[in-house]
Amino acid sequence: MTSAYAFELCDLAFSWQKNTPATLDIPSLSLPLGKSLFIHGASGSGKSTLLNILSGVLVAQRGEVKLLGQPFSSLSNRKRDRIRSDHLGYIFQQFNLLPYLSVLENVLLPIKISALRRRGHSRHSIALIDEAKHWLTQLKVPENLFQEKISRLSVGQQQRVAAARALIGSPEIIIADEPTSSLDQKNVDNFMAVLVDQCSSIGSSLVFVSHDLNLVPYFDTSFALQTSPAGSDL
Amino acid sequence: MNWTHLALKSLWNRKTTALLTLLMVSISVCLLLSVDRIRSDTRNSFSNTLSGSDLLVGARTGSLNLLLYSVFRMGNATNNISWLSYQELKSHPDIAWTIPISLGDSHRGYRVIGTNDDYLLHYQYGRQRAIEVQQGVWFNDVFEVVLGAEVASQLDYNIGDNIVVGHGTGSTSFEKHDDRPFKVVGILVPTGTPVDKSLHIPLEGITALHVDWQSGVKRQGKATSVADTLAMDLEPEAITVFLLGMTSRLKVFSFQRLVNDFSSEPLLAVIPGAALQELWQLIAIAENALLAVSIMVIITGLIGMVTVIIATLNERRREIAIFRALGARRETLLGLLMIESGFYGVVGLITGYILHTVMMLLANAYVQSHYGIALTVGWPNESMIYILLGFLLTATVLGVLPGYRAYRQSLSDGLSANL
Repeated sequence: MTSAYAFELCDLAFSWQKNTPATLDIPSLSLPLGKSLFIHGASGSGKSTLLNILSGVLVAQRGEVKLLGQPFSSLSNRKRDRIRSDHLGYIFQQFNLLPYLSVLENVLLPIKISALRRRGHSRHSIALIDEAKHWLTQLKVPENLFQEKISRLSVGQQQRVAAARALIGSPEIIIADEPTSSLDQKNVDNFMAVLVDQCSSIGSSLVFVSHDLNLVPYFDTSFALQTSPAGSDL
Repeated sequence: MNWTHLALKSLWNRKTTALLTLLMVSISVCLLLSVDRIRSDTRNSFSNTLSGSDLLVGARTGSLNLLLYSVFRMGNATNNISWLSYQELKSHPDIAWTIPISLGDSHRGYRVIGTNDDYLLHYQYGRQRAIEVQQGVWFNDVFEVVLGAEVASQLDYNIGDNIVVGHGTGSTSFEKHDDRPFKVVGILVPTGTPVDKSLHIPLEGITALHVDWQSGVKRQGKATSVADTLAMDLEPEAITVFLLGMTSRLKVFSFQRLVNDFSSEPLLAVIPGAALQELWQLIAIAENALLAVSIMVIITGLIGMVTVIIATLNERRREIAIFRALGARRETLLGLLMIESGFYGVVGLITGYILHTVMMLLANAYVQSHYGIALTVGWPNESMIYILLGFLLTATVLGVLPGYRAYRQSLSDGLSANL
């Protein structure tokens, strides 16, 4: 999949119920590969809905979504789920990790599940563990926590582990849904610095949603979602 | 680490709920297996009680009643056969052997049976097995008794002990034939039949017991000494029932008709197997009811299991969102929850089977001594195996219900819902 864009939206409209005003109405929005995009907007402006459309869980009633140059919104559920597994890394606002797995096991999940994200690495499990350790180290998670239970980690550490999980296997697109909203200022700066840095190191595009406008300087471009239908502004 | 591994780790994370659910499923499986096993064990035990006898003859009553009191020592005889009638029927040329049996007395709750040497010679149980004396000898004198294996072990009697026989069949008889004790001369090999719970004395012994008795009550002021009793003519006036073997099986029906049309007194001859069939028909109603109840319990267990899985989905929304973000498809979620319900099915079946086996082993001694039924353990029979396979399949397929629900939930939650 070679394309100049991580994703392209065209004339997108989505509403939760028929015959109601669209929750989301975006004439056009796109993000070049390897660039980062900051999406902000008030509550209810459709940030979550947009992320769900980009990750293929929801399908818009109108318009087209292209991911990595390929039609995405017109694919079957099954194919979209597959693309999400192979090409997307996802970071939630909080509670990103499975409590019954160790830190290392949580990070390993994407490359255990997607053959494509194992690409370039040996299938040997030791090599995979090395890969996971590499990302945890890059995200400044102390090594003595690698085998620990999730409950032993602070919220800031948990979010960095989640970022390591999103980055492992070097997916083309990383989507982050307000990952800093539960962090204090020191942790926010710390987290943003390593995330943006690591995304650019592997050439991944970063789509980042937040209401915290202080974060804008970390990104190449930004986009404001409005409650009423609005045009794009790239 | 694959999806199966994840599903099991997730289940382990909820182990309290999982263990209780597992317990519910295993108990329902255990109940089904036990009811089925007890059913077949009961049938075997009843079928093994008597073999080789072609006919049972007693005073006219229901054929089932005759079988129950004469062979299984359940209930009481309503009337007797006169000694004369017995002698007349016994001398019929087609008869190979007879075993006369006189009932009505007891010793500490165990039945006393008046009979003769033919009992040792011709009585058969199980697969044509004869009665054998384990210790001592068969009785040879009026005041001698041969004990069934269980009577000897439960009451701790040995050869040479003297015992007193009570009148009637209760365990606390008011009237005791305490002036005429019996000496233990033999103990029989355990048979697993009511023979083990019987005391065998000669027919003459029964008569001797009742010298000085009239209409079931001791006559006042009169006591015949043992020596005088022995000098009397102790030939019985009546017996309760007799078993017989014909010279040829073909003659069973004509002799049965002859007994049933016997003119001197109203008698009944039944074929033990036919009466047993009548018993099965009666028992089948209760058996089917029990089986229906245990199938209901299995269904309840499965419904309970699905309810528990669905109930836990709400607290697993976070987990499911993570799975979805990692690329879990609808089929993946269905699979994850089918692994979970299938796990309950498989492990519930195994633990249920173990529970059932342990229960049978523990209950065996009690049931054997109180009801004379030997409980067995072993693999389920063929039809039960099909039922169990159906159970496993149903348990696994039922995982589709919570699986589909989880998928629907993940669509409406989306990935970004903050729960």
